[in-house]
Amino acid sequence: MSVAMPNVNETWSGRILEVTLGAGPDQGGTRGSTVTVGGETGLPFLHFEGQMPHKPVVAVEVRDQAPDDWSDLLVQAWGDVLKDPAAWAARAEELGAEVIALALDSAHPERGDTGAKQARDTVRKVLSATTLPLIIYGPGQPDKDNEVLVAAAEEAAGERVALGNCEEKNYRTVVAAALANNQVVIARTPIDVNLAKQLNVLIGDMRLDRDRIIIDPTTGALGYGLEYTYSVMERVRLAAFSGDAALQQPMIVTAGYEAWRAKEARTNEGVPAQWGDWAKRAVLWEANTAVTLLQTGADIVVLRHPDAIPLVKTAIDGLMTAPTA
Amino acid sequence: MALSGLAIYKMLPQTNCKECGFPTCLAFAMKLAARQVELSACPYVSDDTKAQLDSASAPPIRLLTLGTEGRKLEVGNETVVFRHEKTFYHHPGLFYRLADDMDDEEFAALLDQVAEYEIERVGMALHPDGLAIENKSGAADKFAARVAQAAGKGLALILISTDPAAMEAGLKAAGETPPLIYAATSDNWEKMAALAKTYKAPLAVRGSDGDLDALATMADEIVKLGVEDLVLDPGSRGWSDSLAALTKMRRAAIKKNFRPLGHPVITFPGEATEGLEQETMLAAQSIDKYASLVVLDHFEPAALYSLLTLRQNIYTDPQKPIQVTPGLYEIGEPKAESPLLVTTNFSLTYFSVAGEVEGSGRPAWLLVADSEGMSVLTAWAAGKFDAERIAKAVKSFGVPDKINHQKIIIPGFVASISGDLEEELSGWEILVGPREAIGIPSYLRQLAKA
Repeated sequence: MSVAMPNVNETWSGRILEVTLGAGPDQGGTRGSTVTVGGETGLPFLHFEGQMPHKPVVAVEVRDQAPDDWSDLLVQAWGDVLKDPAAWAARAEELGAEVIALALDSAHPERGDTGAKQARDTVRKVLSATTLPLIIYGPGQPDKDNEVLVAAAEEAAGERVALGNCEEKNYRTVVAAALANNQVVIARTPIDVNLAKQLNVLIGDMRLDRDRIIIDPTTGALGYGLEYTYSVMERVRLAAFSGDAALQQPMIVTAGYEAWRAKEARTNEGVPAQWGDWAKRAVLWEANTAVTLLQTGADIVVLRHPDAIPLVKTAIDGLMTAPTA
Repeated sequence: MALSGLAIYKMLPQTNCKECGFPTCLAFAMKLAARQVELSACPYVSDDTKAQLDSASAPPIRLLTLGTEGRKLEVGNETVVFRHEKTFYHHPGLFYRLADDMDDEEFAALLDQVAEYEIERVGMALHPDGLAIENKSGAADKFAARVAQAAGKGLALILISTDPAAMEAGLKAAGETPPLIYAATSDNWEKMAALAKTYKAPLAVRGSDGDLDALATMADEIVKLGVEDLVLDPGSRGWSDSLAALTKMRRAAIKKNFRPLGHPVITFPGEATEGLEQETMLAAQSIDKYASLVVLDHFEPAALYSLLTLRQNIYTDPQKPIQVTPGLYEIGEPKAESPLLVTTNFSLTYFSVAGEVEGSGRPAWLLVADSEGMSVLTAWAAGKFDAERIAKAVKSFGVPDKINHQKIIIPGFVASISGDLEEELSGWEILVGPREAIGIPSYLRQLAKA
């Protein structure tokens, strides 16, 4: 007697919007390649019931000045390119990055307080050093974010870069800069479905096209709140598929930034022997944060360590392979 | 179909004898309705009722126990597809696979490493759960000897062989606690089922290439032979194949109450990947998405620690953040002049801060304010870690009686509350500490020099 498995496939009414980063010469930019994410019609990698027309991509973090608080492991792995954002971006491209996430960190009042002019210079240099699409982050301080993101958006006009972070406190300025220069925004809210939705509605009220928004739900690292991000992202996706138009954007996670804040990745000083080999632990801390968030719908994963890039890309390739059965 | 708690209650003896472990029959009925207990916990239920309730009350994924006291592992009994719908209850067991043809020294060393590994994180002791011994040599006596050796470690055991004769030799050598038999296949299932029955051992059933109809059919036949404790292996190995099969199985069990697939699932991430890192990442997927037993081929503490941490994260009850009791904690043996730090009562925050203070070698007082289980930034944003709450903690936990100074170190992330806190705690000096716990040792060192 054979037993038949019940049909458990889910069909959804909603789908995720496709968002494109980068523009080639035919669209007014200079990028050698563009990246489109989103378009999913079902939960991540469940190819038996939904389409996932675009694979998730790996972005690599590049800072406009050598970070003074990065773990020795990262400093050693990148070497001299840390001092030159253009060289750093080129190296990241060689290592397999699909997007460059450039952080204009030197604009922070406590880390250089540089202004619009330097932001323009950096953006110009990085654009010519890499053929990849860019994400451009401000230093995370509202006044300076406004100053340098506006300058960066103008400098990269036509390149369809993503500007981040676009948060409740500064969204007007960032969205206006995106509107004026045909860019995309990264809408970041602190690990909460309703806040994510609310910010998207506010951005929508300013008439930015819905396919020019990427959701950053705020990442928790492995061991440091990963489960909160995990469940919030699952809920965002379920709401999107159930038809909530204010949550139907691709999601970005900053797995590298968060994982490397964790003591487990940062340091080997005075840690228990059971934590094992530092280099292996640190890279796996980042990779496992990324892999777990891919399961919940991450479309762009921002990484830090060179060794994490091929690992996470291998996982993505495996997940994008349609099952044989 | 599932019955309501009240409907079930009407069929129970209604004597409130408490022998099931619940205070009333109604409480027990509610748990049955939520499918969190087995009907067999009630000794007085009539056979009639039993027949009626059995299918309605059994958990959608059967609970399986492996190992013995001290290192007992319970898996299965899950009730949801997404953790935010309720919680995931029984975290997956992590096993290490050792081939029986490994050389003596290497085998013994690995056994020790797995058995001795334990690490504390957020106040919980984390460790791998067991050993999977594979009959790679093909020799029954070799297998039996290795199984006996592994059984001596007191961990849960999985015996891997498709040869019923070798399996029986292994079962005899395994001692009193029955190991999991891996596996019954389309070729040997009747013989393996017979062994499972004789040795009262749970039985893993291996399908092929994610053919879930065939797997369900085999599982159903085996249950009919009287073997109820099953573990399922859909035979899918790669990233998306495994995800698809495990997702379908979980949905079938939970949403369709499909009994033949209502058993814990086992995965072997090393079989579809190359090297430690890839295996670890695919094991992470298994932990995230529905595996109950994960068998690993590379023992490496760095990888194990990240998987144990992930497991702890995913299986944390989303409705209940892990909290510590607010109060004044002594780290080291602080004296009246030792520094005073304040933080929130979110467990992870507390353990990170306490760990760093301890690691600094400088005794200190750690005041834990009641932030309702939120971390520093979250609590601050929600108004649960403001000047008023901190001042209240200072007073209610008798801080002035313990220390002879009036200086308090606040987390760097809430530097902006310094002014308010000065007003709340008049005469106190507010010191702004580092943003991250990791900066505490150097901060305390500087402070001592100043």
